Amino acid sequence: MSTYYTEDHEWIAVDGDVGTVGITKYAAEQLGDVVFVEVPEGGATYAKGDDMAVVESVKAASDVYAPVTGDVIEGNGELADAPETVNEDPEGKGWFCKLKLSSACELTGLMDAEAYKAYCKEL
Amino acid sequence: MMAETIPPDALRATPLRDLHVELGAKMVPFAGYDMPVQFDGVKSEHLWTREQAGLFDVSHMGPCFLSLKTGVGEAGAHEAIAALIERLVPSNIKGLKPGQSRLTVLLNEEGGILDDLIITRPEVEELQGVLYIVVNGAVKHQDWAYFEDRLGDETRLTRADDRALLALQGPKAVDVLKDFFPGCEDMKFMQSRRMFWNDVRCGVCRCGYTGEDGFEILIFAEAAEAFARQLLADPRVKPIGLGARDSLRLESGLCLYGNDMDASRDPVEADLQWVIQKSRRERGDFPGAGRILRALTDGPAEKRVGIQPLERAPARGGTEIYHDGTQVGEVTSGGFGPSVDRPIAMGYVRTDLAVPGTKIDLIVRGKARPAEVCALPFVPQNYKR
Repeated sequence: MSTYYTEDHEWIAVDGDVGTVGITKYAAEQLGDVVFVEVPEGGATYAKGDDMAVVESVKAASDVYAPVTGDVIEGNGELADAPETVNEDPEGKGWFCKLKLSSACELTGLMDAEAYKAYCKEL
Repeated sequence: MMAETIPPDALRATPLRDLHVELGAKMVPFAGYDMPVQFDGVKSEHLWTREQAGLFDVSHMGPCFLSLKTGVGEAGAHEAIAALIERLVPSNIKGLKPGQSRLTVLLNEEGGILDDLIITRPEVEELQGVLYIVVNGAVKHQDWAYFEDRLGDETRLTRADDRALLALQGPKAVDVLKDFFPGCEDMKFMQSRRMFWNDVRCGVCRCGYTGEDGFEILIFAEAAEAFARQLLADPRVKPIGLGARDSLRLESGLCLYGNDMDASRDPVEADLQWVIQKSRRERGDFPGAGRILRALTDGPAEKRVGIQPLERAPARGGTEIYHDGTQVGEVTSGGFGPSVDRPIAMGYVRTDLAVPGTKIDLIVRGKARPAEVCALPFVPQNYKR
């Protein structure tokens, strides 16, 4: 399993043709206290870069973009009642959805952990 | 003209800016200043202020003094300056007692709200004929230009640019501050006094904008950082950013100028008719009195209300409000209330719907979400009356 990162601070952990998507620790820290999360429902299809989910802090709402094109297998229903999970464990239990990837080639445009770490340092 | 031009990319610093940075604040541009939006986090800062004491830097606001050009300190001086400012605001300023402060609104000729402001009659005798006025930071330059334009022949406006304005808010504020200003514990909500801290002259008012008991302190810039550090040395005091200031005022049902009211709204629509005292209603001698008195009698077309979303999704400013399939208004402020632990909002709806319990729909990201009109505030106000 490999994890990839976007410039918009989403992560996607890929196992075969299934990817689990969430927002990074850096993004969760920038947002502050998450009070609401809207995750996509199973069956929906998103193209790379589409608004796929919404995460809201006390102050503002932010869009979460699909890191790659794919069909949603399931959304993380636990976040509706426990949005704070996104702050507590953003790259674990705070996942947003699982996607069936349409094209694994799209992953080559994303960053690996080391590149993402360097990218955040520049921000 | 009083208005000064600020290059768009040159942010101004308050006397506490370096302290905010040292304390780890996340800084953002606000009203032309480099301001702290948060320190620990909006939610924890909000809850701290409701339980302990939060220190806010509100030096970006527009504290100023409006004085008679001649006759300050003489008999009748307060009445004279009050008569002048009452040309622009609908509140009874003449009737303020020495040391009393009052919230009011600055009106244009049509009765639209140009700003909300607090006007204080100084307590000391030699300053009768002067009013201490605090206007909003975002519109202070236009407010000051308006004072100058309308009252400039008879008054002099002195901006308190050499001061910092700090707010200490929360149930523990009084216990903390009485060691700095002995006697402040005897003051009541909206009372102001000239007090001294280490021989530094300060203006202390028991007021604020969080719904909690607390004080605002006007202090000379060079003493502000030492004063703030000494406050922060008390374990009951934490620095609070603009993020929590916004969620605190929204939970307390207080308006943010530019969001919840603007020049298109009159004080009756904004549900601020209580700023117009009886004597002024009877005289009807304020700008836009025709429209405002008519709205008082017949009711306005729309009215500001509290809005309780019934699901977990917050509705932000600009969200459309529907009732029976037609748009009946718009959310003007909305977010999450950390103390009530649910989304909260305020906005304007058609007056016949401005009744607590009325079912409405909020259109959030294209989906209708159920909500109810509700009474304000969302949490009880804890003022020391």
